Amino acid sequence: MSARLSVEDLAFGYGERVVGAGVGFTVAAGEVLCLLGPNGGGKTTLFKTLLGLLPPRGGRVRVDGEDTAGWPPRRRALAFGYVPQAGAGQFPFTVREMVLMGRTAHRGAFSAPSVADHAAAEAALERLGIGHLAERDWLRISGGERQMALIARALAQAPRVLVLDEPTASLDFGNQVRVLEQVRRLADGEGGEGLTVVFSTHHPEQAFAIADRVALLHGGRLARFGTPEEVITAAMMREVYGTEVEVVAVGADGMRVCLPVGLRRRMG
Amino acid sequence: MPAAARRGELSFALTLGGVAAVLVAAVCVAFSTGAYPVTPGELAGLLWAKLGLGGAAVAPAVETVIWDIRGPRVLTAMLVGAGLAASGAAYQGLFRNPLVSPDILGVSSGAALGAVLGIFASLPVLAIQGMAFAGGLLAVGVVLAVASAIRGRDPVLVLVLGGVVIGALLGSGVALLKYLADPYNQLPAITFWLLGSLSAVNRDDLAALVPPVAVALVPLVLLRWRLDVMTLGDEEATALGVPVRVVRVVVIAAATLMTAAAVSVSGIVGWVGLLVPHLARLMVGPAFVRLLPTAVLLGAAYLLAVDTLARSLGPVELPLGVLTAVIGTPVFLWLLAFGKRGWS
Repeated sequence: MSARLSVEDLAFGYGERVVGAGVGFTVAAGEVLCLLGPNGGGKTTLFKTLLGLLPPRGGRVRVDGEDTAGWPPRRRALAFGYVPQAGAGQFPFTVREMVLMGRTAHRGAFSAPSVADHAAAEAALERLGIGHLAERDWLRISGGERQMALIARALAQAPRVLVLDEPTASLDFGNQVRVLEQVRRLADGEGGEGLTVVFSTHHPEQAFAIADRVALLHGGRLARFGTPEEVITAAMMREVYGTEVEVVAVGADGMRVCLPVGLRRRMG
Repeated sequence: MPAAARRGELSFALTLGGVAAVLVAAVCVAFSTGAYPVTPGELAGLLWAKLGLGGAAVAPAVETVIWDIRGPRVLTAMLVGAGLAASGAAYQGLFRNPLVSPDILGVSSGAALGAVLGIFASLPVLAIQGMAFAGGLLAVGVVLAVASAIRGRDPVLVLVLGGVVIGALLGSGVALLKYLADPYNQLPAITFWLLGSLSAVNRDDLAALVPPVAVALVPLVLLRWRLDVMTLGDEEATALGVPVRVVRVVVIAAATLMTAAAVSVSGIVGWVGLLVPHLARLMVGPAFVRLLPTAVLLGAAYLLAVDTLARSLGPVELPLGVLTAVIGTPVFLWLLAFGKRGWS
């Protein structure tokens, strides 16, 4: 399978400060890549560089083989859909209006949303199961609902690569599971070709649960890249996070989880 | 379009119609207020005749009042109010803050310094207005230049803080000129200008005001959908495909042109650009496609009503800026207490 998203020897940072370098990996269509790594490891900076919000300090990002350097925002928005950690909306738009903003890149700067734009927004709302929220005030829905609506907005954008920055941060347990299920479903596609998904998280279980590939970012370097089983090992977790864990398979389907070793004993 | 969205369109049309009706009522009241009251019938008759549709003849005195005295003032009040409200609505979206007014980038301070300089130099009225207009544009130009020179920081924050400090500097210039001005002639004129008034407007002022306001309204109307996306902040807007720098500069230029033109005719009139867009948002929501026309009509009606009050309340005309503040403060406090929708 050819690479949908390929990152080659990418260096990234803010202004003069280089946060990370030498990062390279590829993700195919329909694959989920999970980005793991400690705080300050460069995950967010890498995301912003992928999306073109920060200029790369070196290397390149390709989508379907095309170098994204110099792409104007509109062309980028047709390739990448972005789900920010917390939507920055300050105004009481309805959820439908917010999702409709995902269609911005599909029309001219001066045009009103077309029938097709409305239909795409409706379809995205339905696909995420939040059609009932369409008329609700963006500022008055819960964190979980807002996350779903942000994913719907990115979906209405009809991108090739979906980038989610810690999509489960600050969500309750049930909403975390629901968001992860949706993310996996979007990558699998419904009959058609699935999206390429890149998401970051602090929970290794989420990588075991839905990811095809894991990139472990440590000190601005790609410490490991591979399947979750290859990357998330006790040795690797000790090296990167400085903590003892046991990787165990649980439940009927043998999904792996990371358990901190002796946490209870250490706490006395 | 789904049924719920269609219902929204209907309720928006009704709201806009209501605001338009209030504006028409304000126009009728404005014409029938004053030393020589004009009835709505006379007004309609004259307009009918001027449009070449015949109708009853209107007394020449009435025609003079409508055409040369009250008409220009009514239309100027509407245009100033509409312009301030439209630029306030654009700025509140652009700076992602419902409490922003159109003078946040220093346009009013620049216009004030320009006008005060003109009065200080004993220039004719037209030159004073020209200097106010140029001063407003220049002040915002400096703020934009400063902001684009400072890289690597939140551009919106740099713009706002730049506007505040440049505005403060210009304000001290105004204070210095007031201190140096002739206390019998110039100082009252300066004070009068700074408080805002439409008492001296004529047809020439109106003619000078129409082109910049009309020209500046065009990009705001065209970019109405992009402005919604700009309220999400630079990162999200960029990720959704909006070239944020370009949009921001175009909107700032348009709003500055409009505000500078308005302020150069009326003097400093505060509160309209802050309060009216806010009220409009409470009525029709934040989407710019509905917010802009509502704010324009509401701003026109509001400033016209305030100006009518200003010239009818007392034996002498009250300054507009004082009245907008006296009316604006309680409304603002009421919004703060009960109008939760616009904030968070």
